Amino acid sequence: MEFINTNLPYILAGISVGGQYALISIGYTMVYGILRLINFAHGDIFMVAGFAMVYLSATSPLYISIPFTIIITVLLGFVVERVAYKPLRSAPRMSIMISAIGVSYFLQNCAWYVTSGLAKQYPKIPWIGDSISIGSATTKIVTVITPILTFILVIALVLLIKYTKIGMAMRAMAKDFETSQLMGVKINSVISFTFIIGSFLAAIGSLLYFTNYTTVTPIAGAMPGLKAFVAAVFGGIGSIPGAVIGAFIIGICENIIKGLGWTTFSDAFTFALLIIILVAKPTGLFGEKSTDKV
Amino acid sequence: MSEKNRSLNGVITPQRKNEFFKSVLGFIRKNWVGFALIAAMFAVIFILEQILPSSSMLFVVLKKGAIYALVAVSMNLLNGFTGLFSLGQAGFMLIGSYTYAIFTIPLEARDAVYQYFNGGIIKFTVPVPVALIMAGLAAAIFAYLIGLPVLRLKSDYLAIATLGFAEIIRAVFQWDKLGPVTNGSNLLKRFPSFSSTLYPFFVSGICITIIVLLINSSYGRAFKAIRDDEIAAEAMGINLAKHKQLSFTISSFFAGVGGALLAMYQTTVQAAAFKSSMTYEILLIVVIGGIGSVTGSILSSFLFIASSEWWLRFLDDETYIGSFRVPLLASGFRKVVFSIVIMIVVLFYRQGIMGTKEISVDAILRFFRKLFGKESREEAA
Repeated sequence: MEFINTNLPYILAGISVGGQYALISIGYTMVYGILRLINFAHGDIFMVAGFAMVYLSATSPLYISIPFTIIITVLLGFVVERVAYKPLRSAPRMSIMISAIGVSYFLQNCAWYVTSGLAKQYPKIPWIGDSISIGSATTKIVTVITPILTFILVIALVLLIKYTKIGMAMRAMAKDFETSQLMGVKINSVISFTFIIGSFLAAIGSLLYFTNYTTVTPIAGAMPGLKAFVAAVFGGIGSIPGAVIGAFIIGICENIIKGLGWTTFSDAFTFALLIIILVAKPTGLFGEKSTDKV
Repeated sequence: MSEKNRSLNGVITPQRKNEFFKSVLGFIRKNWVGFALIAAMFAVIFILEQILPSSSMLFVVLKKGAIYALVAVSMNLLNGFTGLFSLGQAGFMLIGSYTYAIFTIPLEARDAVYQYFNGGIIKFTVPVPVALIMAGLAAAIFAYLIGLPVLRLKSDYLAIATLGFAEIIRAVFQWDKLGPVTNGSNLLKRFPSFSSTLYPFFVSGICITIIVLLINSSYGRAFKAIRDDEIAAEAMGINLAKHKQLSFTISSFFAGVGGALLAMYQTTVQAAAFKSSMTYEILLIVVIGGIGSVTGSILSSFLFIASSEWWLRFLDDETYIGSFRVPLLASGFRKVVFSIVIMIVVLFYRQGIMGTKEISVDAILRFFRKLFGKESREEAA
């Protein structure tokens, strides 16, 4: 009890950031599940969503800027897939990964160009940016909202994948890309749809994340992106509940480490966790075992 | 057993002695153009240094290009020739540059550099060439230890794990408790650096030559076999674990030396600079040059550095023609143009500049012979 009392602010922050990582990591895990591609640009799409909100809210009220931020992010995700990944569908996996790194480099440089490299203040979203106190800790309402919203979205997504036609197509493609193509699944539209869902969740995640951290920089997406990817691997890549649980574990552990005064190692811890899980159980917590065929 | 075989077993017959001399002469005759070209290159740089002011952009490009060429070739050894997609290069460069810096800062400068850590705990220095080798060895030792667990992973898992290790290394080097050795997150400075452009050319040249010799040896052929098909290579009797480990360690050794050279070039070192974006840049150099081509990597690193530091600089400045402000040109635009070029290469010229081909002296000679041959024939006609 003593431990929880002193560390309550960190645990709360951990749960909140964990929820935000969870929203990003779903984008990674779904894309990897279908295309076997680490979408290195996903973290940067998340960053662009942050900047879109900054610029839109400067000129328009919130009820316009929030939907438009989400639309821009979704469009960006869609365009990135069509331009940078679709032409390489039959290329070796290494080429697609390099293309993803190229896109990430491109988006970061564009953001740098538009903002001249300056950190931008994120607009205050009323209500969710207000402070409340829970027990002994004071925090923003967004901290409480994040996990709730995350769970609602994840449940909606799981239902979508389980009970709709496009969800079935996604599952089929994750199982066997070529056979599902032969069975008449329109792979291009399913892949686009996957990217749209991923970007949509990343946009929501960025709204919540930057309300907490208040400034956006061109490299703001790199670290959360990598951490969300680690969460996806930790939970077993391709599995949505796995990614969410992994994200919460990483978010909470990272903040407790910060609370203990080891801030330097909070990022390193995430990667240490990644390496341990990769060596001990490469399929992650909930991943399916795949057999290599010669 | 035939007569020929017996002579091969080490019995020096007059005939064999003759053959030996012939082969040496042949080697020199075959490669004299190459040797001459290298000598000429050094001479040209030397002369340029006498003529041009030392602040000329050309030297910046040549120095940095030579260093990046070494790092790019070392990454190519891993990614292009062994087929291990590793993204840990920045981490190994960091180890190299720190090792070099820590062991070469002069004793009298240590109190000023380690001002928060009572002058540090290392109270000796080593000569520069020794420190360069130590930089490589330190990176290689780390790589060996990291390789033990990580090299069992496949393709993209390996990429993300090595990326993770690079981040861990960066965090550890910034740790306060290690301050007496690494100076925490503060700068390391005042270590010896080079002033002549010949220096990085010389060191990188030697290192790249060693890598090329390795690639052309039986080890190199084993690496390529692993790249092309792991299962087939294993069936042919190649020890996968041993060769992957070897390639990883050697590549990291040269990345470490490259890191040390980079430290010398920058004259200061800070762990915060060795981000994953540095690895990405080197990877993109390798891709532009052609994955699996040493000369391609060298060529593209000079091109990359020249265009990012020099030729495309004008894109960053606001320009006026008369009173007309040229649109788009502003700070950062250079990088945007650059990344578009890179994306075009990645998407449409997947082979890069060279593909897996190499520029060789022979090919150049053949090209010219053809050219002149044709001309002389035309003259005759």
